[in-house]
Amino acid sequence: MNALASARIAVRALRVNKLRSVLTMLGIIIGVAAVIAMVSVGSGAQARIAEQIQSLGSNMLVVLSGSINQGGVRIGAGSQLTITEEDAWAIQREVAGVHAAAPAMRGGGQVVWGNLNWSTTIQGVTPEFFEARDWPVVAGQPFSQEAVDGATKVALLGQTVARNLFADQDPVGQVIRIKKVPFTVVGVLDKKGQTTWGQDQDDLIVVPLSTAKRKLLGVSQANARSVNSISVRVRDDADIKEAEIETRELLRQRHRLQPYQDDDFSIRNLAELAEAQEASSRVMTILLAAVASVSLFVGGIGIMNIMLVSVTERTREIGLRMAVGARGRDILAQFLVEALTLSMIGGVIGVVVGIIASYTIPYFAGWRTLISAEAILIAFAFAAAVGIFFGFYPARKAAQLNPIEALRYE
Amino acid sequence: MGTNLIETHELTKNYHVGGQVVHALRQVSLDIRAGEFVAVMGPSGSGKSTFMNLLGCLDGPTSGRYVLDGQDVSNLSGDALAKIRNAKIGFVFQGFNLLPRTSALENVELPLLYTGRHARERSQQAQAKLVAVGLADRADHHPSQLSGGQQQRVAIARALVNDPVLILADEPTGNLDTRTSVEVMAILQDLNRQGITVVLVTHEADISGFANRVITFRDGRVLKDDTAARPLDAREVLTTLPVEEDEDA
Repeated sequence: MNALASARIAVRALRVNKLRSVLTMLGIIIGVAAVIAMVSVGSGAQARIAEQIQSLGSNMLVVLSGSINQGGVRIGAGSQLTITEEDAWAIQREVAGVHAAAPAMRGGGQVVWGNLNWSTTIQGVTPEFFEARDWPVVAGQPFSQEAVDGATKVALLGQTVARNLFADQDPVGQVIRIKKVPFTVVGVLDKKGQTTWGQDQDDLIVVPLSTAKRKLLGVSQANARSVNSISVRVRDDADIKEAEIETRELLRQRHRLQPYQDDDFSIRNLAELAEAQEASSRVMTILLAAVASVSLFVGGIGIMNIMLVSVTERTREIGLRMAVGARGRDILAQFLVEALTLSMIGGVIGVVVGIIASYTIPYFAGWRTLISAEAILIAFAFAAAVGIFFGFYPARKAAQLNPIEALRYE
Repeated sequence: MGTNLIETHELTKNYHVGGQVVHALRQVSLDIRAGEFVAVMGPSGSGKSTFMNLLGCLDGPTSGRYVLDGQDVSNLSGDALAKIRNAKIGFVFQGFNLLPRTSALENVELPLLYTGRHARERSQQAQAKLVAVGLADRADHHPSQLSGGQQQRVAIARALVNDPVLILADEPTGNLDTRTSVEVMAILQDLNRQGITVVLVTHEADISGFANRVITFRDGRVLKDDTAARPLDAREVLTTLPVEEDEDA
């Protein structure tokens, strides 16, 4: 008997008890749909995090002014400016694998254009910033080293600031007031999106570092070269861990720290942070899929139950088939194909339901979903495997019937 | 008549029931020639059913030999026996044993499913056998839409579909009225005249009258083995029976 003929016989047998077959399939349908929907929710979350990692700039280190220990009194991170522009240049020069190191000074302030105003973050940076953060300018031009040297009053807007102040108009060339100081907008930065911890990265204004220090943030003459942070971008082929260690050693050396002293700066490996989040969301995905597979498994038990009933009901049919020449393995194949047909039809419907669910979940729950072909394939294959696994015992029971007793069965 | 189709040599079958040995068949040796029409009779427990199960290759003997159509089938595996049943034996049962919700044609096709023949060849062959039993116009009827006599004719067509050398009928008229019974016997006699050996189990003397040999079992042994010089002709008997409402028409 070929496979097609077997499948036709199976479909006919299943149609005899339509309601029963559909109810049995329901277990598989729900199982497969749940696996696909849950994995798509998990994948959606993972994709979001992956994008955030991308927006942070992959292979990013951030050096922050750290806690210092003054006579046993510890002062919180960032409250003292312990790193300088020179530290940035030293990192760029001396640490192997560094693509760009950009010092930055940040502060907050009110920005006014026309009758609109907006409170935002002001970042004083050098041209290396765009390289280090992998942050292109989409309209206008980034400022040059000359602008930094001359402390020119030019500004680049983040997307959020541009939208809030200018809406649909072109900000380039307009003059805005930052903390009452007029600045010419020379460009708009590309969209970055949120950080993994939900901060809007596009809500900022970028100005030359020197301008920020002198005109906006009011840095004292005593530490005129100090900065808040240094963004370090490591080349893709370089080991970020190695760069982190070298940076730490270099800064300790430059800051003349004795072995017993703590670091007066801190280094954050942003990619690592985000990767940790991604790992936890991956665990979540697996967990969701595992829970969903349990229902698939339960569906399989339903198949076994119904197949056992079916074998008992059709004992005489089995006896007859054996009498006219069916071998044990023909009977085994027949019932196995029947169980497989149940689970595969259930699987197909489940895939459709799962895809529909994945498309509707974002509307109801607001989560992002990502349907993966992999999940569909695995769920479907799993459904088929469940059919074979749970169909085997009833089928073998049928195949092992004694034809004489089966024919006489009432 | 021809050579021996069936030869049994001291065929024995014991069953173990609750620790006790039941001797269902005790060293039965007999031959059935090709082309014979044999009725097997006997009270229940006489061993006639066991004998039929062994003849039908549904079961193997405890000891002794069974040679069917020149082949010793006493010690074959389950799969080999299935193949022999499929190729050489046609079964007709008392309860018809047709698959419900399945057309007559597909019921007749059933044994061919296990021969690996193509679908078209299968249905052609099945259709031919339905014609042979006079049910050509009922090919797509389900068993529930057929009378008892028609159902048994479908079952006979199914038994014939593989062109067997032997037809084993287990009380084929047990569920039928007199006239329909005789009609079924007429078909079996026709087949027998075409050269197919028929062995049927019955406990009705009327029915055994159509056979040219009657073997009677008792206590697992052959009690009597009579040859009828002039068996009844079912076609002739039919003419003497009053024509009732002819359900087959």
